[in-house]
Amino acid sequence: MVKGRTGQRVRLYVRGTILGYKRSKSNQYETTSLVQIEGVNTKEDVAWYCGKRMAYIYKAKTKSSGTHYRCIWGKVTRPHGNSGVVRAKFKSNLPPESMGRKVRVFMYPSSI
Amino acid sequence: MAPTSKLSLGIKKASRSHAYHRRGLWAIKAKHGGAFPKAEKPAAVADAKFYPADDVKPRKPSTRKPKPTKLRSSITPGTVLILLAGRFMGKRVVFLKQLKSGLLLVTGPFKINGVPIRRVNQTYVIATSTKVDTSCVNVEKFDDSYFARDKKKKAKKTEGELFETEKEATKDLPVFKKDDQKAVDAELIKAIEAVPDLKSYLGARFSLRDGDKPHEMVF
Repeated sequence: MVKGRTGQRVRLYVRGTILGYKRSKSNQYETTSLVQIEGVNTKEDVAWYCGKRMAYIYKAKTKSSGTHYRCIWGKVTRPHGNSGVVRAKFKSNLPPESMGRKVRVFMYPSSI
Repeated sequence: MAPTSKLSLGIKKASRSHAYHRRGLWAIKAKHGGAFPKAEKPAAVADAKFYPADDVKPRKPSTRKPKPTKLRSSITPGTVLILLAGRFMGKRVVFLKQLKSGLLLVTGPFKINGVPIRRVNQTYVIATSTKVDTSCVNVEKFDDSYFARDKKKKAKKTEGELFETEKEATKDLPVFKKDDQKAVDAELIKAIEAVPDLKSYLGARFSLRDGDKPHEMVF
């Protein structure tokens, strides 16, 4: 997390929303989460984001490493469907509380 | 010599004396003074004291050499890069050269945006199409060992000094590094000021705004 940065705050990530887990009607597979990235609406657009790292950031009551913020890192793995939704795998599975919450999709590893 | 042909398994066509003559063994004997030369027996190997229980192949050290990191075609000396992570994220910096480790050598220049001569990984960088002329800059002296951390000297501590030595660690930049920075930047800044707006462009940080779609942007 930002360590008390003064001055300009820049956003170098794209916002995403966690939609839930990969699932069928009555079974869900928590190792893969589905993420809706802002501004991405087609399967072809997702190609740019494949492999990009993402972070799910949340707050906890106790301090760890000097801050109340904690993070689960993951990456975009592949598109999900035709409309720009993305599958993502995280270092540890996302908790169910994350559904509907934001995730940061960074622009690295970059290949531009 | 050609092998003696066989009529059937175990039955040679030529007789023993006929084969002897044909193979020229008489000539070899004559050459070596009447006797057939005997090969030296290898020295008898002493019995090993220890025989391992399992036959284990000794591991060979890997002879694989990693390939040098390929530099993206969009990155050439003088390209303006956008740093994507780290202390200077969002800053636009000038690329100088690729070091042997594969990392990129960049500079702010320091006076313009506060980024010193630094190493950066290619994957944490976006290359823009803006280029600065770096032909006047000499970056020969910079390599990975220039950026190596100073090894801390372990001085013997007496009881009284145990509590005092914590303050000894000074983190000031050595003067030669500051001078190197000035030397590299001096020419660069002149080249930058020659281009309209480039100085303020390098001073500004990159940020995504509402409605921005990086996958559609052309950098």
